[in-house]
Amino acid sequence: MSNIGSYEERYKNFDWKISEQELEFGKNGQHNIGYYCSDRICEKGLGSKLALIWEGFTGEVKKYTYDDVRAYSNTTAKFLQDQGVKPGERVCLFMDKIPELYICFLGILKMGGIAQPLFSAFGEESLITRLDDAKTKAVLTTRKHAGKVRRIRKDLPELATIIIVDADDKPLNPGEVAFGMEKLPRVEKFDIFKAERETPSVLHYTSGTTGKPKGAQHVHNSLVGQYLTSKWVLDLKADDIYWCTADPGWVTGTSYGIIGPWSNGVTQVVLDAGFSAQNWYAFIERMKVTMWYSAPTAIRMLMKEGFDAVKKHDLSSLRHLASVGEPLNAEAVLWSEKAFGQPFYDTFWQTETGAMMICNYPGMKVKPGSMGKPFPGITATVVNPKTFEPVDKPGTVGLIAFRPGWPSMMRAYWNNQETYDGKFKNGWYLSGDRSSIDADGYYWFVGRDDDVINTAGHLVGPFEIESALLEHPAVAESAAVGKPDPLNMEVVKAFIALKPGFEPSSDLEMEIMNFIRKKLSPLAMPQEIEFMASMPKTRSGKIMRRMLRAKEWGEEIGDISTLEND
Amino acid sequence: MSDDIKKMIIEYVKKEYLDEDSDMEVKEDTKLISSGIVDSFSMVSLKTYLEKKFSIKLPDEDATPEAFDSVNNIIELIRKFGAKV
Repeated sequence: MSNIGSYEERYKNFDWKISEQELEFGKNGQHNIGYYCSDRICEKGLGSKLALIWEGFTGEVKKYTYDDVRAYSNTTAKFLQDQGVKPGERVCLFMDKIPELYICFLGILKMGGIAQPLFSAFGEESLITRLDDAKTKAVLTTRKHAGKVRRIRKDLPELATIIIVDADDKPLNPGEVAFGMEKLPRVEKFDIFKAERETPSVLHYTSGTTGKPKGAQHVHNSLVGQYLTSKWVLDLKADDIYWCTADPGWVTGTSYGIIGPWSNGVTQVVLDAGFSAQNWYAFIERMKVTMWYSAPTAIRMLMKEGFDAVKKHDLSSLRHLASVGEPLNAEAVLWSEKAFGQPFYDTFWQTETGAMMICNYPGMKVKPGSMGKPFPGITATVVNPKTFEPVDKPGTVGLIAFRPGWPSMMRAYWNNQETYDGKFKNGWYLSGDRSSIDADGYYWFVGRDDDVINTAGHLVGPFEIESALLEHPAVAESAAVGKPDPLNMEVVKAFIALKPGFEPSSDLEMEIMNFIRKKLSPLAMPQEIEFMASMPKTRSGKIMRRMLRAKEWGEEIGDISTLEND
Repeated sequence: MSDDIKKMIIEYVKKEYLDEDSDMEVKEDTKLISSGIVDSFSMVSLKTYLEKKFSIKLPDEDATPEAFDSVNNIIELIRKFGAKV
C-alpha cells in the first residue's frame, strides 16, 4: 500500500495540517528545518539510524547516523557563529557532492543563516553575479573550488570569510579559515535559532529570459510541503534506501536531496562521481537502493546503453522510481517498465515552487508522457496567455498557473520585487511553462513560454550567455537559443557575428565554446556555433532571437514584418 | 609517438578543465569523467578538440563516458576511428 493511498480521496479531503501534525511543526515555537531534519529524528529514537551513506568516485565510503548529522550540523552552526555570521545573512555552499555539502546546509539553517547553494561547476562570472546580488557573507568551499572564489573576491566587499572545509597544511590567505567538520570537537548541544514559519531559509538562483539570474527566496515553512510530497509522491518509508541523483547546487538537491528524506527519517545514499551507466547500476546494486529520484536526461543516457547494461546487475531492490527536471517522454516511461519492471513517475515543479506541484502518484494510473495531476492542496490550472483566465476546453494549450498560498512557495526574488510581482496575474502564479489538460485531468507539457533554455533539466538564461559572448574579443553580436537535443531536451546553440578582422574557423569555434564553459558553466557552453555575417534584427535594432530559435525547432517563424534585414 | 600524444591530451585536459590554481595531477589513467574533472557537457568540447586535432569523426554512440574516462581510454577510442597514434 502506498503512503498516499487513493489520490482522489486525498485530493478531495486535504488540509496541509496533515503534514504539520505529523511533523509536530511549531512544537515549542520551533520551525527550523535544521531541527526537523536532525534533532527531531534523534528525539524519535532514531539517532543511531543511518542518515547518509556517501560514496566518492574512488570507492571511498563514509557513513553518518542521524546523531552524527545532528552533532556535525551543530558544529557547523557554532563555527559560523564564531566567525561572526549573523542570522539572516547569506552563507554560500560551493562544493561537489561531499558530505559537508549536505550537513553544513543544515548547520547554516540551525544558526539562522540563509543557505545559498551554488553549482560547483559554475565559472567566475556566474559566481560573482550570484554572490554580489545576495551580498553573501561567507562561502563554504573546498580547495578544488577555492581558486574561483579567490579570484573574484576583490569585487565582493560584503564577503567576509572564505571557509575551506578540506584545508591541508598550506597557509591560507587573509580572510580565509579552515573548518574540519569532523576534526573539531562534536558540538552536542546547540541553541538552534528559533525560526518562525516565514523566516528566510534558502536562496536558490534561477535564470530568466532577460536580466541577471533571480534569487528565489524560500522560508522554513517550505518544510510542510517538502515533507509531505516526499512521503506521498516519492512514497518514502522507514526502511527505504533513497537515492536522489540531483546536485544540491540546484533546488531538487536541497528540497529532495536533503530536506525531504531527512525530515522523513529515511536513509539516503549519495554518489559523488560523474555519470556512467555501469557505475550507476553498480551503485544501485551495491547500496540496495529502493527509491530512486532522477532526471529524464539521465534516463535517456541509460536508455542509450541498452538493456544489456541493465541485465548485468541485480536491481531487484528498486521498488519506486520518479523523475524531475524536464518532461519525461513516453518512450522513456515505456523503456523503464521493460528495464526495471516499473515506470518512472514524472513530477513537475520549479525552483520557485519549492516543492512538487503536478505529479504522478503510486497507485494512480500513469499515462506515459503526461505530467500527472496536481498534488493535494495545490490549485492548478492552465490559463489563456492573454486574459489569464483558466481555459475550460480539454486539450487547449495555455500557461500552467497555480493559486498562490502553498507552503513552499518562494516569498520573493532577492532584491527584485518588480520581477516577482510580474509572476502573478489575475490571482495566479504563472509558471512560464505551457501545457494542456486532458478530459481526465492529466497535464501534458508543451514547452516554455519564454526563451529560457532547459538543458538536462537546468534552466539557462540566453541573456547571460549573450552577455558573456560579447566579452570575447572576436564577438560583435550574438544570440543564444535552445536547440532540440535527443538526450538533453535542449542544448545551447549560439549565433555569432564576428568583429572585422576575425574569420570563422573551427579553432575560433572551440575557443568560444571553452570561453563560455569557463566563464559561466558547462551547461551554458554552446554545443554548436553558427557564424553569421549579420544577425536578424527588428527595425529598432533588437536581435530577433525568437526567429533563430523557431528555425532550430522547425517552427513557423511568425511575424517578420518588423525585420530589418534578411 | 603514443607517449607524445598522451602528453598532449593530458596538457589539454589540465589547461582546459582544471582550475588554474589546481595542483591536481593528471596521469594517463586518471579518471576524468568519474572524478568530475570533465563533466558530460564538457565532454562535447573535448570530443570536438580530438576530432579537430586528429582529423577524425567520433560517432555519438561511441563517445560514451567510459570511452572518455581516462587518457588511455581516449587513445584507444581515437585509434579505433582512424587516428594515427
